[in-house]
Amino acid sequence: MSGGANTPVETLPGQPPVGEHGALSCGKELSFSPGAEARFARLLTRYPTKQAALLPTLWIAQEEWGWISREAVDYVATRLGLSSAFVWGVVTFYTMYNRAPVGRHLIQVCTSISCHLNGAEEVFHACRKKLGDLKPGQTSADGKFTVVEVECLAQCDKAPAVMVNGDDHARITLENLDAFLSELK
Amino acid sequence: MSDFQPVLSARLGKKNSCALATYVADGGYASWKKVLAGSKTGEWTPAKVTDVVKASGLRGRGGAGFPTGMKWTFVPPKEKRGAKPVYLLCNADESEPGTFKDRILIEKDPHQILEGMMLASFALDVKHAYIYIRGEMVHGAEILNAAIDEAYAAGLLGKNVLGSGMDLDLTVHRGAGAYICGEETALIESLEGKRGHPRIKPPFPAVSGVWNAPTVVNNVETLCCVKHILDRGADWFKGIGRNERNTGPKLYCVSGHVEKPGVYEAPMGIPFKDLLAMCGGMKGGRKLKAVIPGGSSAPMLTAAEIIDVPLDFDGVAAAKSMLGSAAIIVMDETTDMPKAVTNIAKFYAHESCGQCTPCREGTPWLHKMLKRIVAGQGKKADVEMLLQVAGQMGNGMTICVFADAAIAPVLSAIPKFREEFEAYVTKSASPGFDQPAAAGITSKVAERTAEGMHS
Repeated sequence: MSGGANTPVETLPGQPPVGEHGALSCGKELSFSPGAEARFARLLTRYPTKQAALLPTLWIAQEEWGWISREAVDYVATRLGLSSAFVWGVVTFYTMYNRAPVGRHLIQVCTSISCHLNGAEEVFHACRKKLGDLKPGQTSADGKFTVVEVECLAQCDKAPAVMVNGDDHARITLENLDAFLSELK
Repeated sequence: MSDFQPVLSARLGKKNSCALATYVADGGYASWKKVLAGSKTGEWTPAKVTDVVKASGLRGRGGAGFPTGMKWTFVPPKEKRGAKPVYLLCNADESEPGTFKDRILIEKDPHQILEGMMLASFALDVKHAYIYIRGEMVHGAEILNAAIDEAYAAGLLGKNVLGSGMDLDLTVHRGAGAYICGEETALIESLEGKRGHPRIKPPFPAVSGVWNAPTVVNNVETLCCVKHILDRGADWFKGIGRNERNTGPKLYCVSGHVEKPGVYEAPMGIPFKDLLAMCGGMKGGRKLKAVIPGGSSAPMLTAAEIIDVPLDFDGVAAAKSMLGSAAIIVMDETTDMPKAVTNIAKFYAHESCGQCTPCREGTPWLHKMLKRIVAGQGKKADVEMLLQVAGQMGNGMTICVFADAAIAPVLSAIPKFREEFEAYVTKSASPGFDQPAAAGITSKVAERTAEGMHS
């Protein structure tokens, strides 16, 4: 299902412990920085309901803290007058909210049909192997890389397409993979 | 056809194409200004804008091909909807595998989209419109936001736009990774801050959509067409295309095994072989094997079936597939069909929203069975069983058409490339516990495939 709702939260090396409602804990209380607070305030003026601001508020939270921890769920829920369970339900539905810390470079390899026809699975496999035999979704020991497989990135003319954090990369093949990875510092 | 000049993609290669200044220099926002000025003299009314769009024959570019002007007329008139506002949502959740046309419009010519939205908002009496953009398009969202800021600063949006008395706000709303949110009622749920679960229709969004208010959801390319129709008139738009049911310029996304994959603009109804020639032909001069003509949800066509097909809504439907989002995925003779279908099945198994049992359970089962087959562990009866399972998922078994989309590749590829699937299971070392084949079900199911997709 979308957002891996069927996928149990795996405790991979280096991950914090599982907290209530299945979410991982970051171990500290959170609140928005002044910059995030200003963006949040502006958000609320753009919708007729507070709840509609949930997806964008989670985006702010992820930009603030890098991932959506149990504490982030609780904090966002309180700010929007929603229950934590509801917010967690939304978080788990979507694939882009990180439910565990990720590496500095989140390498997202598209393996949907047009990329598949151009050898994307081999690229995904080789990429994980080169970065230390990482499992899908696992972060390298130095915290630099997380490699995940994603669905169509709407870059089918540039297959195989890869996105690193928010940046698009075109035609990543077995031939240029080394050069591509060495540019990620 | 040779004298066709690109319309939607005309500005994409220009320098600073995203800037308001260059857009205005190219004649941008002339229609918006014309309509607003005309609204004061009575020359332009919302009904007149709708009529022009209706007369153009414009059909939605998101996949369904529903007539845009008619969709607009489903919004109840002011006296019936009372104090409820009307919302316009621009569907920029482009996620259909093989589709990447909206992305280039967003990234290279955002003001074109905004002007289309402004004109549609005028026609529909909208005060606040939203662009729902998929989460993965991080830069696309930034570009749209920058364009919107410029439009506000220039008085093209906001209170009392250009002194017309009309207020209009525009907000970009980012998704967060979920294919289903491209389905319009799932998009609405997602905009409301929920999981993207499609709603049961009726009520249709035009009557009760986002925040229970009348809502129109239009695709990015559709809204761009609206701008050009208002610029140059319905007759001009109708003059482009194969016939009056398939009008206007069209963006085709060509990917897979062609020399030059990319977005190509052509008159609606360009024959497949001409489009293939525009893309430099097959990669490495290899032979064409099959094509998915409308994104991964569209039934596959063999080389012989597609080669002369005019690529428009009715042309592709006549070939028992669908134009969908005009994502033309080209596969050459080296393509392993069972593996390609397995890949598509993986996509749908991952993206099912989980609401309806036939889809939630069926999509992973199709994927598991296909995986087993291509891993060389399939049983003889598996091929038939795939058809049987797929046959129980679509055609109104579920709330939305996701399940119909998921089964289309299976139901089209197996009959057309059956020997490839059977070769895998014959090679298989699995002793198998063969079940009696479900006689008769195959052909019936295959017949229903294409039909189910168009309803």
